[in-house]
Amino acid sequence: MLNLRRRDLLVSVALWAGSGAMVKAGLISGRLPWATNAGSPPEPVRPGPWKFFTAQEAAAVEALVDRIIPPDPKTPGGKDAGCAVYIDRQLAGPYGRQDGLYERPPFMKGLKGQGPQDPDGPAMHYRKGLAALDEYCRNQHGKPFAELSDSDKDDVLSGIEKGSIELKGGAGQTFFQQVIKDAQQGFFADPIYGGNRDMASWRMIGFPGTRYDYRDWIKRHNERFPLPPVSLEGRTEWVVRKS
Amino acid sequence: MARKLPAKDVVIVGFGWTGAIMAQELTDEGLDVIAIERGPWRDTAMDYPPNYAQDELRYHIRHELFLRPEQTTFTFRNNMSQTALPIRNWGAFMPPNGVGGGGVHWNAETWRFLPSDFVLRTHLTERYGADFLPADMTIQDWGVTYEDLEPHYDAFEYLCGTCGTAGNVNGEIRQGGNPFEGARSRDYPNPAQEQGFGHALFGKAAAEMGYKPFPQPSGNMSRPYTNPLGVRLGPCTYCGYCEWFGCGNYSKASPQTTILPVLIRKSNFMVRDNCEVTRINTDASGKRATGVTFVDTRGEEWEQPADLVILAAYAIFNVQLLLLSKIGKPYDPITGEGVVGRNFTHQVTSGVKGFFDKEKYNFNPFISSGAIGMCIDEFNGDNFDHGPLGFVGGGYIGQVQTNGRPIQTTPVPKDTPAWGAEWKKAVRDNYLSTVLPATHGSFYSYRDIYLDLDPTYTDRLGRPLVRMTIDFHDNELKMSRFLTDKLAEIAQAMGASKVEKSYRKGPYDITTYQTTHLNGGAVMGNDPRTSFLNRYLQSWDVSNLFVTGASAFPQNAGYNPTGTVAALAYWATDAIRTKYLPNPGPLANA
Amino acid sequence: MLRRVITVVAVIVVAAAIGLFVGLQSYASRTPSRQGSRIGAQDFDLVAKGHYLVTLGDCEACHTDPGQPGRPFAGGRPVETPFGLILAANITPDRETGIGSWSDEEFDAALRKGRRPDGSPLYPAMPYGSYAKMSKDDVRAIRAYLNTMKPIHNAVETNQLPFPFSIRSGMWLWDALYYDGTTFTPDPDKSDAWNRGAFLVRGPGHCGVCHTPKTVLGGDDTSRRLQGANLQGWFIPEITSNKVRGIGSWSEADLVAYLKTGHNRATAATGPMAEVVELSTSRMKDEDLRAIATYLKDQPGSSEDTPPPLSARDPQMVAGAAIYRDSCSACHAPNGKGAPHLFPALAEAPNVRSRDATTLIRIVLQGTRSVATNAEPTAPAMPSYGWQLSDDQIAAVLTYIRNSWGAAAPPVKPEDVKSVRSGGEG
Repeated sequence: MLNLRRRDLLVSVALWAGSGAMVKAGLISGRLPWATNAGSPPEPVRPGPWKFFTAQEAAAVEALVDRIIPPDPKTPGGKDAGCAVYIDRQLAGPYGRQDGLYERPPFMKGLKGQGPQDPDGPAMHYRKGLAALDEYCRNQHGKPFAELSDSDKDDVLSGIEKGSIELKGGAGQTFFQQVIKDAQQGFFADPIYGGNRDMASWRMIGFPGTRYDYRDWIKRHNERFPLPPVSLEGRTEWVVRKS
Repeated sequence: MARKLPAKDVVIVGFGWTGAIMAQELTDEGLDVIAIERGPWRDTAMDYPPNYAQDELRYHIRHELFLRPEQTTFTFRNNMSQTALPIRNWGAFMPPNGVGGGGVHWNAETWRFLPSDFVLRTHLTERYGADFLPADMTIQDWGVTYEDLEPHYDAFEYLCGTCGTAGNVNGEIRQGGNPFEGARSRDYPNPAQEQGFGHALFGKAAAEMGYKPFPQPSGNMSRPYTNPLGVRLGPCTYCGYCEWFGCGNYSKASPQTTILPVLIRKSNFMVRDNCEVTRINTDASGKRATGVTFVDTRGEEWEQPADLVILAAYAIFNVQLLLLSKIGKPYDPITGEGVVGRNFTHQVTSGVKGFFDKEKYNFNPFISSGAIGMCIDEFNGDNFDHGPLGFVGGGYIGQVQTNGRPIQTTPVPKDTPAWGAEWKKAVRDNYLSTVLPATHGSFYSYRDIYLDLDPTYTDRLGRPLVRMTIDFHDNELKMSRFLTDKLAEIAQAMGASKVEKSYRKGPYDITTYQTTHLNGGAVMGNDPRTSFLNRYLQSWDVSNLFVTGASAFPQNAGYNPTGTVAALAYWATDAIRTKYLPNPGPLANA
Repeated sequence: MLRRVITVVAVIVVAAAIGLFVGLQSYASRTPSRQGSRIGAQDFDLVAKGHYLVTLGDCEACHTDPGQPGRPFAGGRPVETPFGLILAANITPDRETGIGSWSDEEFDAALRKGRRPDGSPLYPAMPYGSYAKMSKDDVRAIRAYLNTMKPIHNAVETNQLPFPFSIRSGMWLWDALYYDGTTFTPDPDKSDAWNRGAFLVRGPGHCGVCHTPKTVLGGDDTSRRLQGANLQGWFIPEITSNKVRGIGSWSEADLVAYLKTGHNRATAATGPMAEVVELSTSRMKDEDLRAIATYLKDQPGSSEDTPPPLSARDPQMVAGAAIYRDSCSACHAPNGKGAPHLFPALAEAPNVRSRDATTLIRIVLQGTRSVATNAEPTAPAMPSYGWQLSDDQIAAVLTYIRNSWGAAAPPVKPEDVKSVRSGGEG
């Protein structure tokens, strides 16, 4: 029987040295592993060119998210909240590609309760769905979706939602449900992902964000929580003001 | 060709709660133990620190801490006339992955089952007559009693620092606790957590209606705690990022926060992470396990010989490994014979939405923990007379709402449009003034609900996936409807302006979350014809193989399973230490 | 930093030249005796005494390479000095690559005089100046214990220093300035415990090697013993009776708990001290730990003057308070009291108010794990905040914790944070 020493193979490099890179070991013993600068913090979305959408698609999505979450005097709509940016970055990443999901064939149509059985991931759905949406609008109204009036947009979306309007490819209803879900998730997710700019949705509902310590509040029943929200990137009060 | 590693006394497959408990106990016995875990090592500060653990998109929506279906998944159908299709993205349940298993991301709701739960068939038959039970219901007695397990429930609760108010201490009923619980030998190690407004209001309303509400037993610490191993936990800060998330400040009981710091220092213990066990090996007779074969991240095969094999993976994967290793007789639903895959169950949950006047009520739903809440147990198990009701089973009812995370928890009245200005207004108007209490009901076992291997779909190693055949039976839907109606009454009594009920409806579907409490498939009992394990969690067929986890449950009770899963693990290690090791061989007669 | 290096280079070159020229006798090369040890293997008491002294001296920390488990005392571990890297020697009884061929006198000369068998000097990375406080009998016991180690063939080229530091003969100047070869003599006016503590701290414990600030040439600044030193990216705290930034406010029990278990009600051992606790102090007898406490609590410290605490309206305090509330309080608590033996009580830990914030900055930037001992196995870890907080923000929150809860200390500047972040010193 191997008599391995208690010191494991993951002990960080000499205490005098600087930060060590994380070493992935298959065998752990002797002590809890440690490495400095460990962890995988989220990668912030930065403003910039679209990573997934074409200009045309982006216009359609911005218009979509602004009808799904319309602007009002108190809070921005989906577009100003960054929901289109959020969706763009998500589709350009593992979510769009269906990374991590089971994608082996055969793909067979099943019961609704058996869940989606679709080789196409969200990225493909958006490509196809946005094209079909604009094609429908051009045929019916002579313009792409983004250029319709707000009430016309709402009519089109309601029609798709109810099933009275069919889009090419036949998946209009599910596509719209997907856009609703993505837009709303982007609206409520941490701003680090591109949506919920300036924590607008959190301010709207009174959600304090990434706060982690409510011990002094748990017993304060039926009182409004007064502190502003915080996100993974902090809040404006974290900035040191020049005196 | 698998390369052979030096032999160990014990190999543990899967390193979650029961793997950690078994390893800790058996290393104390002086045995040389190795645990093999399919997923990665996980550590608080390195993997879910309190500066990015609170990311709802990453952990709740994108499932970062869970098993990737790409690595392996199950197929699902409601009944035998259908073709099972793969679960390509999780929905109804969230299988764990990595060291700590479900213990990393669980709510920490830490319940004990009722004494009657362990002798269910005998008890219900005595009270209501055999004809009261549906003919195709296959519930069984467990082979152990609540009294057998009591010291082991106690051991787990003290390991974790479980926070609660005892209801029955050595037969004495205590004010403020659960009067229906089985007698416990002493108080909880820590007082119950503080309750938020909505939780307390539920308790108040329930008490005024004549019920006996009590705080849910919680593995989120109400104060700093040092467990019997000397490991320290911090106080829960009610952050509202509990279940499906790792706890960033050492205040949720998990293998990481209760066992691993001590276990990893022992010279007779080591763990391999990112290694997937592909089969349990047996000798030519098929009656003795010789160890396991596993695959590392490069795809290389290794053999780990051992004298004792503990299968401690998530319940479904226990069953899959037994089937793939050809240990035990696979269950055939047509003949009713065989045991591996038999008596597969889940949990039956439902809820109501209580909408309150937003000018008068502010519940701050984001101030919460995973196991907070006030519950009543009047309608659990056989705590009430089922005679006039026409069903068996029950569950606890409570305002156990864990969060106000906005992607998941922005309740709106049922006719609210799904999008647009009205949707936005409804979200804004109801976020702070809505409660979402729930029922947590039993799921009894049936002849036609079972597990086997899928004939078509395989995992990335080419092995057949487990196939789940499962649907709701009338009994469960009736039971759940009853609980939901009772819950709605309490929500009304809390002062809600409007109460909307969401009954659990059939058919069973794989897309909406219903807890990860999948059980059965390798159940325990006193009869090898209807159980894979004897009362000590030892395989009837292979006496040096023990299988821990909820796969041992012959049916599921109306409670979260982890407390019972852990108690059974302690019970099994006690049997291994005191009975098996002095005299290896079968510990029970058929 | 550059100026310091240039100064030192100049001094060393000159010293080396003089050394070579003058051929100072004790530095002239000589032929090693190759006699080996004369100590018998059956002297169990001596071996046991030596084992304990090796624990006190923490020889294992340098002479065992953690990257090569199963090879105790076989050397090869890099030790960083301000002048470059040195590798610790192989001190197993191997005759070719270890010290097996050394006579007991040669071993004593190495440990207490810093002289190798060929006459060349050891670099004071090997704290022979401290070990000189031990007696010949002590060293004999250590030899007896090391003789029981498995001989391991491991050739180590210890001198990895860049020129001109690689010229050993230059060390005569360093010794002339800093080496005090006297063995320990007890102070008759002090208690037995104090004297035992003094022996442990000044001798085998060699605490001052880290905790005493250094001169330009790297020797101890004897006017400020144990008052804290900045070394290789860490600030090693003051461990004198200073009540603000030393251990003056700790009881004997606090200090014993810290050394024995790695944790006490205020703080935890981490970084370089974690290993000291693990390999050395956690294995010391309780009475020795109490002696160390007695001695340290009697050591004069740096000034206890503190600046007036910063106003709560100071921009750094305002931002720091917000960052603390949002990021730190879930573990360290709004009142800075943490959770005992789990999350350090920032309101009470003296090194929070150290004169140099390098360690604080480093911990916040990179994270750190506290030590695990049998008595305190939890080993809680602080995560890394470097990805999340800017230099301004880290400076602000550290300034806040240093000036809260009734305490005060100089603010931390963003430039200090930037310097540590880029691998320098704060």
